[in-house]
Amino acid sequence: MCRLAAITSREYFSPMESILALETMKEGHDGSGLGLTMKNLGGEFEEMKHFPILSGICSTTGAKTLDEFMDKAGFRLKEIWAPKIKKVRGITPRDHYFARVYDYPTSYKHKSMKEKEELLMNVRLTLRKIGETDESIFAFSFYPDVITLKEVGDPLQLGEFFGLDRDSIKAKIVFAQGRQNTNYAIYLYACHPFFIQGYCSMVNGENTAFVPIREFLMSRKFPGYAGYNSDSEVFAHILHYTVRQLGFPLTYYKDVITPLKESEAGQRGDREALSLIKKSLRPLCIDGPNVIIGFVPDGSCFMVHDAKKLRPGVVGGVRGKYALMSEECGLDSAIPKRDKSKDLFPMKYDMVIIGPDAEEVKVWNQLHS
Amino acid sequence: MESASQLDHNHQISLKELPYLVRWREDRCKRCGQCTAVCPVKAIVPAVKVQRVVHSEGAVPSPSAVRRIVHVIEQVVNMENCCTGCGTCTLVCPNDAIEPEYNAFNKFLHFKNKGGEGYKRGGRRNDPSISTLDRLKFTRISMLTDPALDAGRHEFRVRSLLGRILPPDELPLIQENGKLAIDAESDRFIPPVREIFPIMIGSMSIGALSPPMWEGLAMGVAYLNEVEGLPVVMCSGEGGVPPSLLKSKYLKYFILQIASGYFGWDEIVHAIPHMVEDPAGIEIKYGQGAKPGDGGLLMAQKVLKLIAGIRGVPQFVDLASPPTHQTKYSIEEAVAKMIQSMSMAWGFRVPVYPKISGTKTARAVLNNLARNPYAAAFSIDGEDGGTGAAYNVSIDKMGHPIVSNLRECYLDLVRQGKQNELPLIAAGGVGKKGNLAANAAALIMLGASAVSVGKYFMQATANCLGDEFNRCNICNTGKCPRGITTQDPKLYRRLDSDKVAERLVEVFKSADVELKKIFAPMGRSTELPIGMSDGLSIDDKAMADRLEISYAC
Repeated sequence: MCRLAAITSREYFSPMESILALETMKEGHDGSGLGLTMKNLGGEFEEMKHFPILSGICSTTGAKTLDEFMDKAGFRLKEIWAPKIKKVRGITPRDHYFARVYDYPTSYKHKSMKEKEELLMNVRLTLRKIGETDESIFAFSFYPDVITLKEVGDPLQLGEFFGLDRDSIKAKIVFAQGRQNTNYAIYLYACHPFFIQGYCSMVNGENTAFVPIREFLMSRKFPGYAGYNSDSEVFAHILHYTVRQLGFPLTYYKDVITPLKESEAGQRGDREALSLIKKSLRPLCIDGPNVIIGFVPDGSCFMVHDAKKLRPGVVGGVRGKYALMSEECGLDSAIPKRDKSKDLFPMKYDMVIIGPDAEEVKVWNQLHS
Repeated sequence: MESASQLDHNHQISLKELPYLVRWREDRCKRCGQCTAVCPVKAIVPAVKVQRVVHSEGAVPSPSAVRRIVHVIEQVVNMENCCTGCGTCTLVCPNDAIEPEYNAFNKFLHFKNKGGEGYKRGGRRNDPSISTLDRLKFTRISMLTDPALDAGRHEFRVRSLLGRILPPDELPLIQENGKLAIDAESDRFIPPVREIFPIMIGSMSIGALSPPMWEGLAMGVAYLNEVEGLPVVMCSGEGGVPPSLLKSKYLKYFILQIASGYFGWDEIVHAIPHMVEDPAGIEIKYGQGAKPGDGGLLMAQKVLKLIAGIRGVPQFVDLASPPTHQTKYSIEEAVAKMIQSMSMAWGFRVPVYPKISGTKTARAVLNNLARNPYAAAFSIDGEDGGTGAAYNVSIDKMGHPIVSNLRECYLDLVRQGKQNELPLIAAGGVGKKGNLAANAAALIMLGASAVSVGKYFMQATANCLGDEFNRCNICNTGKCPRGITTQDPKLYRRLDSDKVAERLVEVFKSADVELKKIFAPMGRSTELPIGMSDGLSIDDKAMADRLEISYAC
């Protein structure tokens, strides 16, 4: 079972904090990978919040292809951030790890965010397609104010490898996942967190309902619903589909993945809508065991469980800084000075939502809405 | 020396041609005559024979021939009365002196067409081989990477939906204070949807079935719903339902079938104003898996007063339903208009769906239905479905296996993104070898929302004697020895409707448990794993490729 460490804060902090929290949960990941997604970036990125950042890895030939492609697509390179790689035993470095800040093509400068998002996603998917067979390019995310790093190895060693302990890179939201590989091959595109158009999630546990969910998503005719090297990628896409595509409020994510029984839904004021949603989105119901931690474009973070709550999860912190972890020890590492009695262990009907800038924590109860 | 006329039996068949040979034990038989009286086809007769016995008495052998008169049970050697292997004789014999034995070398079909008429029978396809359904295995077992669920501890929801389901992006919803509500301004039609148990009782008509059989099933269904909380639904078959049921609150557990003969529908339509509940659904029968392209036939001897009343016809006439709906000349007429007409009759409150026999053209029908917003489901009846009466050639040779037919339809819906909008109902051979829950689960995981079952229930609840070796299968004659498919009171009094109901309840309760036992180790409990094809494997590569599942050996 993978371990998850997410921190959301009013102030910028180093991604090492999330990695150190993962380290305390070391028995739960086997060094098969680290995924790191940072949102609301500080440091050198603070001034470039509106420009899209392409995060990924490429070989030397891939870099050339990438430059030519981006140039042709009309993107103008503004800035390149690359981790300061330090050789660490056991980690085989690839040619280039990067976060490249681009300016939009001229024709897109005055287009709506929705149109820009479509462009960014399609570019990312095309780059993935170009570089997937020979592994010359990995494109993890292409979105403003978001950076993603992924590599195979022990999370702490990878932190060192990427030089995150020495770098000035900071963010207000950092999601980190230490992998316990249960996929058949260790593959970077199978590494959480998964990101799509501002929506991100990381999950532990296995998704037994993966195939019908994947088929449902892929048949929505939305090009971004692709990949699925991990059965957990669908959780991010369900979130995106529910909130962005269907326009449902965030709490309905819980109602989609773990719908109430008709008898339970009777207590809710929106029971008629719920009944329709449950039927129409029946293939997106998950059976777990999973704990899902995610964020949405406004910076709200959440934790939610499958209906049987077969995976642990805890949320705690202080006003202005909260952590969402697989285990209490991770929370102790991230925010040791907090009132532990107020730690939240969300149960089967709960969805814990931490608002933007970690200002407030809400526990939304599915039964009582 | 025998005369030439006695030696020349060229125009007679021999015992070896018969499908069942009656093994009679002279030493055990007490000549009570029960077997000959009960035989539904008069395949055995009492006979008087002269026997020559060599006899010897005393210390020194002194053989002498004696002739004596004996009473024996003799098998009739002609195809009209050939033993069907039902074994009713064995059932009534007090001394275990008689039983039929299958004759694998029979030439039954070479001769069963006397008078130029093809052989007609009831029952099932006479193919005892293991079907594809029974070769499917559940191979994705949750263990360490994800904990298996506990069928006895975790909460399970083994339920499905019957009815057209709206695509999520067309739901008439509005947002009010962070909550969703149904948009009262919207004129979007919200189709009726029923929550049902995923195993349905398939269409077997009152008329084809005897009164106690139909009543037993109906009582069992009501009990399952009202007492056990299992929302089992049952399809009426063609020919209506008893008037008392039409006006009762239990109608909601029944799907009324309309077929090409429209039998019983005058009564149903007239009862609509008096109905206190809507039926669970309306099934429009266009085809039947057991006899594709063939119409229904209720023979005159089965059309007694009760049946004539329900169907609105005179007594003792053959009731033939045409192979097709004669008033409909095209798919628009047959499907679109009929679905709308039936929907309209109940104010669009009842799911209406068509049933066809398995066919290569199922996808064409499917695509028509997929575009029809009133089509509530699509039922496909595969070649292993049963029938009360049909030509043997239709039963044995016509039709399409359900598994690949269902699968290609489901995958077609997936390609269109409509896999959750139009529920597929699979039928034909579910439980053929007794694996009701496993067959149902396999079809569900290949994409069915529900399965429809007939023969299994006849066998499990009323001890139907039929099998794939053409045993019994005389449902068409009205002489069912179990009293299941007969209107003869002397025969159907053998069947106790209460016992049928009890068995039906037992069967469904155990199927519910078995489904959980299948789904639990696969980590599924909350929703029916429709289309969870990664859970299945088969031991044949070509089949695996065709079904787009994994091959395991």
